[in-house]
Amino acid sequence: MNNETPLGGHISKRFDNELEDIRNKVLTMGGLVETQLNNGILALMESDSAIAQQVSSEDYKINAMEVEIDSQCVEILARRQPAASDLRLIVAIIKTITDLERIGDQAEKLGRFELELIDEGSTSTQYAKLEHLGKLVSKMLGNALNSFARLDDAVALKTIKKNKKVNDEYEALMRQLITLMMEDPRTIKNALRVSWCARALERVGDHAINICEYVLFLKHGKDVRHIAYKEVKKQLSF
Amino acid sequence: MSTNTTATLSQSFRAKPNSMQEDITNDATSESSEHSQHITIGENILENAKFTTRNVNVYYGEKQAIFDVSLDIDHNEVIALIGPSGCGKSTYLRTLNRMNDTISNCRVTGDFLLDNEDIYSKKMDPVLLRARVGMVFQKPNPFPKSIYDNVAYGPRLHGLARTNSELDEIVITSLEKAGLFKEVKDRLNEPGTGLSGGQQQRLCIARTIAVSPEVILMDEPASALDPIATAIIEELIDELRENFTIAIVTHSMQQAARVSQRTAYFHLGKIIEVGETSQIFTNPRHQLTENYITGKFG
Repeated sequence: MNNETPLGGHISKRFDNELEDIRNKVLTMGGLVETQLNNGILALMESDSAIAQQVSSEDYKINAMEVEIDSQCVEILARRQPAASDLRLIVAIIKTITDLERIGDQAEKLGRFELELIDEGSTSTQYAKLEHLGKLVSKMLGNALNSFARLDDAVALKTIKKNKKVNDEYEALMRQLITLMMEDPRTIKNALRVSWCARALERVGDHAINICEYVLFLKHGKDVRHIAYKEVKKQLSF
Repeated sequence: MSTNTTATLSQSFRAKPNSMQEDITNDATSESSEHSQHITIGENILENAKFTTRNVNVYYGEKQAIFDVSLDIDHNEVIALIGPSGCGKSTYLRTLNRMNDTISNCRVTGDFLLDNEDIYSKKMDPVLLRARVGMVFQKPNPFPKSIYDNVAYGPRLHGLARTNSELDEIVITSLEKAGLFKEVKDRLNEPGTGLSGGQQQRLCIARTIAVSPEVILMDEPASALDPIATAIIEELIDELRENFTIAIVTHSMQQAARVSQRTAYFHLGKIIEVGETSQIFTNPRHQLTENYITGKFG
């Protein structure tokens, strides 16, 4: 068949518009979350209290978008009773925005811990280099959002594969921080803060992977959560 | 993400088809471009089915209405036949108890086996067949007789009761199974046509099950009913499944999703896809099925 599978093309034009509107809002929310995360990482790297302050005070915008998109999805479920790819789109969106909101929370944490570190006259860079982990998960989030926007399953799958890298990096950082704390107990207070930042970044990676899994669900109708990467590849016949 | 990017992303989102579905679609539709051999996607063939139909073709005069349809119906399942108007789902349903025999220019070919018995063989008496394969129609059509006589009509015709008390029992059990007895027990002698639409439809179901059929065909049984009466009929269908095999034609996709275990999608006289109802409504394999159940242009 030559006519392809656009998500538009419903007999009801208004339904098309509603879906397009929701989708655009998810992308806007994704953009907002991405900015928050990158600012959180930037604040950590640069010890910039102004940016840290901004990150910790802007999270409410993301929360508000989550509530708004959720209520629009509920309305579509009630009024349209979507099926097949429409149903999968709505389910994927409801789940995606939950993960986006959580990423927002993690970004806010980065800002908050950085402000505390600054208060203590310290910086994260004194304890561990979070830059690499930060770049890694920031790229993962960007790719997750791209894969959602373009329904690009190849990008989604590639992003899921990055999970191991994030875990390895996180483990390395933790070992480094534990060594520091053992050597000098006076560092514990701040080293813990830095380890929480590392933890927050690691969580962002997990949420980004969740989003990629929803994209695969949306596109292929297969639930690939909690399945080994190789198995996912096989199931989707990549 | 800038607005510009959003716009381009949005376009690619729309243009990017599901690659897997696309493959399947290409396979299937290249076959169906002509009315030659048609391939149905999914599990249309079963082992030890109640009803087995193979290569069914139906013609009204010169015009062919059904093209090479093969579909099995399992014991004690509810199978929903869905598809746009004129897709042949009702025509197909009517072949299952030879209702098309009464239409003079209608010609049916193919194999129809009910428990491995050819229902179109010369030995098969259509009247007896219709007792085994009952039918409920879109519009409730009770006989202009009493409620009692509506249900007793079939058992009398087929001599299922030897005594009046046996007949009473059949009538009462049938009305009970149809969930109507409580509402009509004090007025069994009043005309069936005096009941509400939903009650009339349940009376027709009682009339159908009074002759202990094996299969019940339903042609949009709830499309003329309000949501409450519809819910009662749907609940009834679920209960009837214990004892009967049911094929239901419906225009309400939600109804198909609610009552059936399997769903078959008809399009232009062919079965495009058959599958578990949950799969059809969450992840149909064929583009045409997807388009129909999501309300897109075909």
